[in-house]
This record gives sequence, structure tokens and C-alpha cells, in this order.
Amino acid sequence: MATIQRNMSLTGDASNYLNPFQKIGTVIGLGGLAIIVFSLFTDFENKALWLTVALVALTGGILLFAKGSYSDRLEGIKNHGVWFKSVSSRGFWGWVAGVTLTGFYIILYFYEGLLGASPDSNTGIIALFDPLSKFLSGNPASQWFVYGTLYTIAILAFGIKFIWKYRHNRYEQLRTISVMFFQTAFAFLIPELMARLNSDDFSLPYNDLKNMWPLNYYAFDGWRIDQFINAETIGIVFLVFAILSVFVISPFLTYKYGKRWYCSWVCGCGGLAETAGDAFRQLSDKSMTAWKVERWVIHSVLVFSVVMTTAVISTYLGYESKGYWLTKDVFLIGVAVFLGLLFAIIWFFKRDELKKDARYGAIGYLVIVLALISIHYFSDTANSEIFIFKSSDLRSFYAFLIGAVFSGVIGTGFYPIFGSRVWCRMGCPMAGILGLQQRLFSKFRITTNGGQCISCGNCSTYCEMGIDVRAYAQKGENIVRASCVGCGICSAVCPRGVLKLENGPLEGRIDANQVLLGNDVDLLDLVNKN
Amino acid sequence: MEHVVIIGNGISGVTAARHIRKLSDKKITIVSAETDYFFSRTALMYVYMGHMKFEHTQPYEKWFWKKNRIDLKKGYVKQVDTKSKTLYFAEGDKLAYNKLIIATGSKPNKFGWPGQDLDGVMGMYHKQDLENLETYAPNNKVCKRGVIVGGGLIGIELAEMLSSRGIPVTFLVREKSFWNGVLPDGESAMINRHIKNHHIDLRLGANLQEIKADENGKVKSVIIAETGEEIACNVVGLTAGVSPNIDFIKDSVIETGRGVKVNRYLETNIEDVYAIGDCAEQHEAIDQRRPIEAVWYTGRMMGETVAQTICGNHIQYKPGYWFNSAKFFDIEYQTYGWVFSKPRENETHFHWKHKDDTKCITVCYDKNTNQFLGINTFGIRMRHEIFDTWLTEKRDVDYVMQHLSEANFDPEFFKRFEKDILSAFKNNLITV
Repeated sequence: MATIQRNMSLTGDASNYLNPFQKIGTVIGLGGLAIIVFSLFTDFENKALWLTVALVALTGGILLFAKGSYSDRLEGIKNHGVWFKSVSSRGFWGWVAGVTLTGFYIILYFYEGLLGASPDSNTGIIALFDPLSKFLSGNPASQWFVYGTLYTIAILAFGIKFIWKYRHNRYEQLRTISVMFFQTAFAFLIPELMARLNSDDFSLPYNDLKNMWPLNYYAFDGWRIDQFINAETIGIVFLVFAILSVFVISPFLTYKYGKRWYCSWVCGCGGLAETAGDAFRQLSDKSMTAWKVERWVIHSVLVFSVVMTTAVISTYLGYESKGYWLTKDVFLIGVAVFLGLLFAIIWFFKRDELKKDARYGAIGYLVIVLALISIHYFSDTANSEIFIFKSSDLRSFYAFLIGAVFSGVIGTGFYPIFGSRVWCRMGCPMAGILGLQQRLFSKFRITTNGGQCISCGNCSTYCEMGIDVRAYAQKGENIVRASCVGCGICSAVCPRGVLKLENGPLEGRIDANQVLLGNDVDLLDLVNKN
Repeated sequence: MEHVVIIGNGISGVTAARHIRKLSDKKITIVSAETDYFFSRTALMYVYMGHMKFEHTQPYEKWFWKKNRIDLKKGYVKQVDTKSKTLYFAEGDKLAYNKLIIATGSKPNKFGWPGQDLDGVMGMYHKQDLENLETYAPNNKVCKRGVIVGGGLIGIELAEMLSSRGIPVTFLVREKSFWNGVLPDGESAMINRHIKNHHIDLRLGANLQEIKADENGKVKSVIIAETGEEIACNVVGLTAGVSPNIDFIKDSVIETGRGVKVNRYLETNIEDVYAIGDCAEQHEAIDQRRPIEAVWYTGRMMGETVAQTICGNHIQYKPGYWFNSAKFFDIEYQTYGWVFSKPRENETHFHWKHKDDTKCITVCYDKNTNQFLGINTFGIRMRHEIFDTWLTEKRDVDYVMQHLSEANFDPEFFKRFEKDILSAFKNNLITV
């Protein structure tokens, strides 16, 4: 939202200054935000009207800014001055935006009272959103409703901006329309409208169908399972869908299309990163060190999330087996067997593809998980204790550290500092699972076009996941990386038409040989021999 | 241990170093006067346009050189003594070698124009040129207009660079149409229109007479030869081609022509001295190539080849089928095989252009045998590997046109044009 540009180049003025449309857009958009902030200090009489004005101004401001940026330019790549504008190059305005966003997230997660949230009667910003919430679900707003509304507006308005920016690129357009749709319908409207079905003897949890475990870490919490089961047919359908999503639908789609089907076409976190976060994609760290950190952190979060979920489920299964046909012991043994089998299958089929550190990591993690499960299985403690911790503590700790601090405060608040996908890259356990699948069992790859790469570095610079795409492209290798979300920007910004996202046969997908064409065949044989 | 010294840290020299390291344990030193680390020369334009920072143009992180035991030395070689196998630097020190690879690249051509060495006149080749441009054309207040002399690949890139900062550009092109010595008429005309759509003042068939200075010795204006028109400007870009950057060996016993003369093994007349990349000149042109090829890709291939030879596997430089690529503002260009600007005796061209005026292809084939000889493609990406295969298999043009969709490399969901192209080909509506 910080749209003010200031020259930070050492040698002269930035290539871009704000044109009149961009200036008016910035003023109107900030005006919309100002109304929302102002509602903290005054009790508007006609809340519905002021809310409408604020949201329209916010959207309109972004769209006007987009018009100023792209409407009189020819179709093509629009990256002029990205590294001169302070907001998109970690300059002064970048830090201002980062600190502001981070502050907002801290208030949202930990001090919602400051926004006016109250169980009795909302005040302030939350109250401003009451009319819209009542219109949709019949209930007063919460801080999550406020956040959801702003989040959806950000994806929609910046989504249109993104489509404008890439109006020569159908892949980018369709992908963006898809995230805009899934956010608006699945994450926002449907769950709100579903809440209307709730009554005293019937209630469904807020259910974003596309928000799968383990990204949705509370997907299998006891209270949700109870509500689903109590809601009978429709609840059971949702529950079965949630389980199928994890074990059948998602592996199948990832096999066919790579993790992009989720991460850059469906996911809400990805949706925000690709739209509102687009201006910051170039800030991701491409160093080898960052890649090493990434692999350890994301897989640790994944293990943490598996352990936490296992703990939570086994705890409520243990209370008394009323309503559940599964007992705690069967569940724990089942998890251990499942993970063991999964590991054995990967090891059997893919052991040659895994690098040494990946193998050590995998073995290490498996041992830890199985040890924890067996400790718990054999320990005869009261059911509230799990492993060495209380399961509820483990759950709260996860919710605080991963759910709030990592995905919210750092993941989004730090967009202008670390780039738009730092959560997806370093923290998201869902991305972790999909990434393993993509690396090991998927048809997806980014194909390199023979020897056409000129090592310019646009692909690596604009990779939001911090993949050094050029390192592969300049050797003529295909790019098959666990973290790639298939946003397609590397292919778009390539000035030589070298990169193409493709689903193809598994054979020859990961081609570690240099295939630079143009040189004679004997030489290529020699090059590849060594 | 044998010491291989490479003069020049561009794509040719660095590729040679990488492959020598793969094949051997020799001591390797890369010498450069331009920069500390290898960078992609073709990406300099993106630094000026703000798409990337300079460090993004460096393909390898700093640890790479140490890990691979490739020593980097910054210095300007002013003399090569091949008898004592020693390099003498302008800085005063010297360096002994066992094997020497000359990979010093090119320098911009200057044709003796009056005023060609004034302040504010520059090529667009070295990192220093970029720094110069930042000094003289930081924005459109300091630089009211830039004039570019020479309608080739670097010229159009410089036009895009200046216009990205809102600096008006006059583009002097000697030919009747942009890059028409290489591109067939239809393509060249389409690019002319695209250049004008980007608000560039394109002057076709215009030569530079002289560059005039103000009282401080800085560029003030240029005079056009044909019309005598004077155009006020603050920067002049000289982009009329490049030539080998080999002045420092002119006094040595190494044989030179326009470039360093080499045989097919990239060996010079002096034992243990090799030359690769832009600065190497073949005694006889290979296939239909030029004796000097100032292209990224050929530099890379020569680097791979010379590494084999130096590591004891004596092999010839045998480039495969010609390919190249460029981008003209928003229009990408790729070429595979040979498409000359005018069909030669036994050849004919098929040209197709999309009505939006940003996409076209030209296919060259033998009019007697129908053999497919090459393709130029604009605004549609195509697969290198497929055309390499088709050229090797000597496919006829009908086969290529029927199977063109296999070669498509555009991103998913892009509109496809193979049907249009095929029906145009069948109807022979537009031929050149």
C-alpha cells in the first residue's frame, strides 16, 4: 500500500516519478485507509455508508494507481525502476511499509482489543465492519472478519493491477483470476454465508474448503471434528473432503501439475503474495546460504506440525472413545506405520536422487517422530499429557509461533524486507509436503530452451522463492526444485525465451547433464562425462 | 603445477576456466581490468533500467571462485612476452604462465567521426560505459536528448535504456531499415514500427557527420550527414558494431588480423597461446559463419572447446547449427539455422506476420529440394532442440510447417498461431 516512490539511486533521479493518475490513486487509497483508522477515534453514525466509502476508496485508489502505471504503456515487462524506488528496494519507504504492516499484524494477532473487538459490543474499526458482517453471516464482525475483508480486497484490487501489468501473458492472467476467485468465494463469501445455517442445534465450524491441513493447522482439532460429526451429513462430507484433500486430491494434482496448482492458483497466502506482494518479489534472498537455511527451517516446521497434530488428535481420541471409532492407540500406531511406509517407499524409489544432507535430514526427522510417538504410546500418563509436553501447550505454542508470528507477522509484515514469499518458502508446512512431492513424484518442471540462456539474471532476480533459476538455465538444465510455486514470472521476464513451465514425462525430467545445444555432439559427450 | 592464465573474465574466459577446473587440477588465474567478478555483459542494460542491481548480473557468488580454486586478478595487461611466458601489467607487476588464453572480447567501433572522443560520447559495452551513462544521462533533466549512432542490437538496447528514464532518443540508422543487413525486409519493417511506437525518433538511412562540443568539451549536438540537420543532445551512443579488443598484443609476435588469428583448435601461431570469444579470428570462416563471431553463445562454446584442448584432449572448434536471440523492446527474437536478409540463389523465404504487428516468422528453405534451412521467429518462442533435430535430419519445409506446434515454446495458455501460419503457407499468400 505504500505507493510513494523516492529516488534512492546513487547517481541520479529515478526513472519513474508518480504521474497524475498514480498521485490521485495514492491519495484516494490512503484516504480510504484513513477513514478506517479514523473509526478508532470516532463513532460514525452511518457505519455502512462510511465502510462503503472506505472500501471503495481503497479499491479505487489501487486501480487508479494501476491505470497510471500501465494503461499508456505497450504490452510487455514492466520492471523499469524497480530497484530505484525505495519502496521496492528496501529503501526508506520499504522499511516504513514493513514496520507498519508488522505493527498491524501484532495488533491483529495479540491486541485485537485495540481495534475495538469486544464480545459484548464492538467498537472502533471492528464496529465499522459490523454492517457488512451482519449482511453476510448475520453476526457481528470480529478482527478476523475485518482482516478477511481487507485481505480479499487486497487480492482483488492488486490482482487487477497484476493482470494489467501482465496483459500480454495469459498464464499470469488465468492464475490471478483463479486466486482472486478462490479467495473471494472459498475463503470469504462461502464460509460467511454458511454461518447463516448455524443455529442452536446445528453448527459448522468456519470452513474454508481449500485451506488444507497442514497449512490449516487446526483442521483436525477436536472441537472442529466434533462439530463436523454433530452436523451429520454435510459435516461428514466436509470432514471426508478435508481428509481426501490431504491424502488423495492434493497428491494427485501435484503429480499432474506440480505444487503450483495450490501455491499460485488456489492458496490464499500465495494469492496475497502474488498480488499485493508482487512489488516485493525481487527481494528474496538467492544465496546458497539462504537455500540451506530454507531447507532446514521448512522441514522442521513440517515435522513440528505433524507431531503437534498427532499429539492433539491422539489426546482427544484418548479422553473416551465416544463418537470416534478410532482409539488413541490405533491412531498412534497407524501414524507410525504410515510415516514408516512413506519413508520406505521414498527411500526405495528415489534414494539416488536425494542428496546426502537430504538423506541425513530425512532419517533424522523420521527417528525423532517415531521416538516421540513411541514415548507417548508406551507412557502411561494421563491423557492430557503428550510426549513430554501437554498437547494443549504444544498446540498453543504452534499457533503462536507458526500460525501467528511466522505466517502473519514475519510472512506478510516483512514483505518489503524479505520478499513476498518468505512464509511460503521458509515456513509453510503445506508447501513443505507439496515440495517433497513435487521434487520426487511430479510431472512438473521448468524446461530450459537449449543453449539460449545469456545468464542475465532476470529469472533469479524476480523469483519470489529465491531460486537461483539462472544457475540451472545457463547450464541448459531443467529446473526441478521443491520450493518452486510455478508463478511463471521467470519465464515471463526472460528476455530470450529460455524458460517454460511444463508438465511432461517423468523420464529425463531432472536432467543433470549439460545439454547446451549449438556445440557439436562429441564435445557435449565429453562435457557430460566429467 | 601447470599455470593457465586467462586474460578476460567474460563468458568465454570464465567458461574456459570452469571447464579446465572440471577436467584438471591446473592452477587457473583469470585476469580482468574491467571488474572483480564475472558478470553478464548482456544484462548491463537491465541495471540502467532498474530491473536489476549490478550484483544480480553476476552469475556466481563470491565463494564459487575460491571453492573452485580459480584465482581472480584485477589488472590491465599491457604487454605479453611469449618467449619468457610472462604478462606485464600496466600497474607494474608481472605474471608468469604456462598456457595463455586470450579472451579479451570487443570494444565499440569508432569510425573517425569528428568529436567521437568528447565527454558524453560512449559505447555500450563495458561496465565503464554504464557508469559513464549514469553520469551523463542520469535522468531527463540532465540529459535532454540522447542520439544513438548505429542500428544494431546494442543500439536498440541503448534506445530502450534511455527511454526507460524518459529521455527522448534520436536513433540514427545507416541502413534503409533497422538491422536490415541481417533481418529480411518484413521483419525489419515490423521492428521499425515497434521502435516508433516506443516514441523513438528513428532516422533511417541517416549517417553521422560530426559531434559538436560545447565550451567545456562536452557533447552539444550532432550533425546528420545527409541533411545537415543539427540535433541538440547531451549524450551520444556509438553502437555501430564492435571489433576485437586486442591492442595490447599488437606489438607481440602473436599473429593478428582484425582479431587474434586462430586455427580450428583455437591455437594462435605461438605455442601455448590460445584465443577465444569475440577477439578470436578464424583463418577461414567455418560453414557460413563469419571469421569473427561476437556472440555470447559462440564465446561459451569456444571456452568449452579450448578447455578440452588445454587438458590434453585436442579437439576442433565445431559449432553446430547457428542460433541466436535478442529482444527489441518488447519483441523477442530467436533464430535457428540460416535466414539471410535476402534469399540467396537457391533459397526462398516464407514470411508470416500477425495482424497485431508484434509477431512474425520467416522460414528459409531450398527452392529446389525444399530442404528447411532456418527460421527467424519474432514474438513467438520456439524450441532450440527441435530445430536442431530438424536441421540435423534435413527435414523439408512442409514437414517443418506441419509440425511447427511441436516447436512452440510459449508459456501455457498462450494463443497459438500454427494453424494460421500453415494455412498462409499453403495458400502462399505472403511470400518474399
